[in-house]
Parts: sequence; structure tokens; C-alpha cells
Amino acid sequence: MTRDDHAGARHDHVVPLPIYFGVFVTLLVLTGVTTAAAFVDLGRLNVFVALTIAVVKASLVLLYFMHLRYTARLTPLMVAIAFFWLAMMIMLTMADVVSRGWFTGALG
Amino acid sequence: MSERATALAGQGNLPPATAHQFDDAVQQHEASGLGMWVFLLTEILFFGGLFTIYTVYRSLYPEAFGHASSTLDIELGTINTAVLIGSSLTMALAVHTAQVSRNGRLVALFLFATIALGSVFLGIKAIEYAQKFHEHHVPGPFFHYEGADPQQSELFFCLYFLMTGLHAIHMVIGVGILGVLGVMALRGRFGPDYYTPVELTGLYWHFVDIVWIFLFPLLYLVERHT
Repeated sequence: MTRDDHAGARHDHVVPLPIYFGVFVTLLVLTGVTTAAAFVDLGRLNVFVALTIAVVKASLVLLYFMHLRYTARLTPLMVAIAFFWLAMMIMLTMADVVSRGWFTGALG
Repeated sequence: MSERATALAGQGNLPPATAHQFDDAVQQHEASGLGMWVFLLTEILFFGGLFTIYTVYRSLYPEAFGHASSTLDIELGTINTAVLIGSSLTMALAVHTAQVSRNGRLVALFLFATIALGSVFLGIKAIEYAQKFHEHHVPGPFFHYEGADPQQSELFFCLYFLMTGLHAIHMVIGVGILGVLGVMALRGRFGPDYYTPVELTGLYWHFVDIVWIFLFPLLYLVERHT
């Protein structure tokens, strides 16, 4: 994308209002779903359901409210790298914790 | 200074001139956005440390975390989640309005609505905190827990107060910034030519919303089905 495309014009994508309201309603519905799902006994799956819904909600906020879907590719790449480092921090820490024989319960 | 910036400066109140290191206002705007994102990425890792600690202790003490989580008020937690999502919508509408119109009053209205919803969230949070103080569930010398594994539960409440507290501090800062922006909007500072502060504050506000989107299931919904 060259700058001339935007010369004199607004330089950000203007997200249509129906998208904002659609995302808003979807987020509210997902909040209801995640609360309701917590009362259903899914065993170990409960935490995965809760986190999956949270990831979907966070993605909606990132993509539409924070315009990540409409920005230059550099920004989404940087965000992905940050989450990658976060995943590294949690996984390597857990690799250490899990391998110390501290678990006496189901994970042991 | 570009022609556009010169023309805008002629209007008296818009916008700050393009700094000398930028080619034009567009490049300056993009650099501002990227800078804000870099800040938010450091915030991801800032909160990420707490999420890591949470993961470690929840995996070590799943039962205690489940029981301690069930002492939180799930109704207030759910309502607060909805309130915060609503504040994200009004924030997005403030940015949108500044992008497409010169209606400073409408921008200010959405900004103040965001402040109002953020304050409702903080108020509900204060009620929840008061309940926890009343029940002696606040970690420290007066901590008292009637259920099993009080020490492991105290860890959960430590994380509850640290994570929601850090989140609340971010909201208080956000409300302060939004107040300044609201006054600027009333003075007609923002419009399609210049809305960078509104947009960047929006990014910050939505980020704080995302943190809560993860805090809510991890703190309130651990083991509700028993």
C-alpha cells in the first residue's frame, strides 16, 4: 500500500456501525454462554470451554473494536509475537512445574 | 510541514503540526498507532506474569481453587462483564464518531458514557471487595476461611486481588484519560483530520476489556457445577 492511496483522505478504515453492534451483541451472548456452561459438569473440559470462549471474545475485540483486521500487517504480526512469548512463558514454566513430581492428584 | 497540516493549523485548533521526523500526518498517525501497540504488548506480558502464576497454582491445587472461586459473586461478575463490554462499545462509537464527523459533542457524549460504564464497573468491584473484607477472605493477618485447605485458598484470593486490583488500576487510569479527552472533544479538538488520542485511548480501553474477558472465567467460573 502506498501512501498516495490515502493522500488527503482518512488513513484508517472506518468500521461500519452494524459491525460494532453485531460484535457487541455477540460478546454479550458469549458471556451468557460461558456463565451457563460453567454450571454444566463437563469434567476437565469445563476449563477448555471457558478458555475457548474467552479466546473467541478476545479475538472479536482485537479484530473489530481494535481494528486489527484493518491495520497494516505489521501490527497483527507483533500482537501474534507477544502472545507467542506469553505462551512460551506459561509452557516452559509449566514444563518445569510438571516435571518436579509435585502433583499428587490426577495430573501426577 | 505538509500542505494539509499547514491548512489545518490555519483553522486554529487542529491538529498539532507534523513533527519533523515524519514525512506527513499519515505517517505520524501510523507511527503513533504502532507505538501504542508496542506499549500494549508489554502490558500483555505484564499481566502475563500473573496469568502464569495462576496457571501454576491452579494446576497444583485445583480443588482449593474451585471452592475458593465459588465464594465469589457470580451474578455481580457476569453483570460487570456485560458492563465492561458495553463500555467498549461506547468507546468504539466515540472513535467512530471522531473518524466521520466534526460533532465534538457526540464524541464527548460517547466518551463520558464510557466513563460512566467504567465507573459502574469499579463501583460493583468495590461492592465485591467489601463483601470479601467482610468475610475475612482478604489474604493477610485477618484471613479466615471456613472451607478446606485455607492456605491454598488464600493463594487463590491473593491472585484474585492482585489480578482484579491491577485491572482496576488500569481502569482508573483509563477513566482519567477519558475525562481529559472528553473535555478536549467538547472544545472541538477531534475530527476526521485528527483523532489519534481518541483512537489510541480506545486501544487501551479495549485491551483492559480483553484482560477482564480472561479474568472472568479464570476467577469466577472455576468449578460452579458441583
